[in-house]
Amino acid sequence: MTKFIDLTLSGISTGAVYAAVALALVLIWRATRIVNFAQGAMLMITTFIASAVISSTGSYWLGFAVALVSGLVFGAVVERVLIRPVEGAPPLNAVILTLGLYTLLVAIAGMIWGSTPRSFPAAFSLRGYDVGGTRLLFTPNDTFTVLVVIAVAVVLALLFRATSLGLQMRAAAFAPEVARLLGVRVGRMFTLGWALAAVAGALAGVLVAPAVFLGPNSFDPILISGFVAAVLGGLDSPPGAVLGGLLLGVALSYVSGYEGSSLVPLAALVILVVVLMVRPSGLFSATEERRV
Amino acid sequence: MLEVEGLTTQYGAVRAVDGVSLEVPEGSVTAVLGANGAGKTSLLRTITGLVPAQAGRVVFAGEDITRLAVEEIVRRGVAHVPEGRGVIAELTVAENLKLGGLWRGRGAAPAEEIYELFPRLDERRRQPASRLSGGERQMLSIGRALMGRPRVLLLDEPSLGLAPVIVAQIMGMIRTLADTLGLAVLLVEQNARSALSIANRGIVLNLGRVVADQEPHELAADERLRHAYLGF
Repeated sequence: MTKFIDLTLSGISTGAVYAAVALALVLIWRATRIVNFAQGAMLMITTFIASAVISSTGSYWLGFAVALVSGLVFGAVVERVLIRPVEGAPPLNAVILTLGLYTLLVAIAGMIWGSTPRSFPAAFSLRGYDVGGTRLLFTPNDTFTVLVVIAVAVVLALLFRATSLGLQMRAAAFAPEVARLLGVRVGRMFTLGWALAAVAGALAGVLVAPAVFLGPNSFDPILISGFVAAVLGGLDSPPGAVLGGLLLGVALSYVSGYEGSSLVPLAALVILVVVLMVRPSGLFSATEERRV
Repeated sequence: MLEVEGLTTQYGAVRAVDGVSLEVPEGSVTAVLGANGAGKTSLLRTITGLVPAQAGRVVFAGEDITRLAVEEIVRRGVAHVPEGRGVIAELTVAENLKLGGLWRGRGAAPAEEIYELFPRLDERRRQPASRLSGGERQMLSIGRALMGRPRVLLLDEPSLGLAPVIVAQIMGMIRTLADTLGLAVLLVEQNARSALSIANRGIVLNLGRVVADQEPHELAADERLRHAYLGF
């Protein structure tokens, strides 16, 4: 029973990280219909920047803040410089560009920081909670991870649902030409979408880095899980991305705990294939409405 | 209010709009008529900058707006209601309306004003626009354009696919808007008879060129034009 609780709780914690990565992918997919394969490398760079800030200033929170802000700027710059010129061309062009950016960023990170993974500090204690004499695997840092991802998801939901800016972003995503005819500065909305996505990605990076260590390729598996989570959620819906992330995290945690961790990547792919076969629009998507 | 001079648009080798000139004064309705493929939609899309003009000028309230970006043209007060109505199906009726007035900030029309004009929309505020009927979508599309208190209204085939009773209603509404708000309306229509019934000026396009520019009653009386281009 303790094992089940342990697996469920740690699944929720890794699921929260998948949710953040899935959010990053979904925000960009919604805004520009591009799967950003460079997302894993972008959050790797922002986490390296955070690591540099933390080791030179000694402040975790300063590094945390710098990661998010540099993610914001990074996302905006990538959209403006790389994606904007191929806007209106077939989406495959942009996808190839993101693959190229991935390769470039991994190479640059290897040149600057070397390819040996290094440790990254956690925000809070990594000692599991004591409950009635048994020690759980779930740690205060896991609590922080789950809460901060939920907070980001709620803020994003409020932004989209309750503000004029969010309304314009949704309009730009659903119907760019009509949005322009209503005076919406669609280009800016796309840039903002990429920027917000990169913030969610940067967040996932600093949250998961203590567990996976920090190296140029450390985050590749996280990106794959994030992608599966995004597909689970319908690729189009931010709440779906969060639910998909949590669900996937828990499912993979059971696989790893009961069957062995070597099966996890395979399980993720099986889940992806099954979802694509049974419900290609995702478990929580609002596609019925979209197809009208 | 809106002047178009020698406007030309080309898609590859095809001249969709070929040296079109026209004028839409304040408080008037100018109808642009012609068959499918005559260049009517391309004309509107060129005016609002959705497709680039090859030659010619578009002047709004004395300012040359030919090379401006779509958003900037709209933000000067030129509203364009696209063909096929262009409501955003994923958003609610209220959200669609709100979107139309955002660029105006505080100067936007209150949504209540639009609901008064189109009571059918009032009942459906919270529903997604995908649930509206064709006529209601047209009303939403026009109402949304009015939210930004525009001075020029470009309408692309508002009668398309609507029952005759609804068409008459919408046409009556357009005339009223021109008269009460002083809007300059450029109305593109295939339904020549109902468009001419409210227009101050009628222009006939064929293969991108202006073949007639006359008073509506003169156009309606010209048997040759009617048979060749207007289909009634």
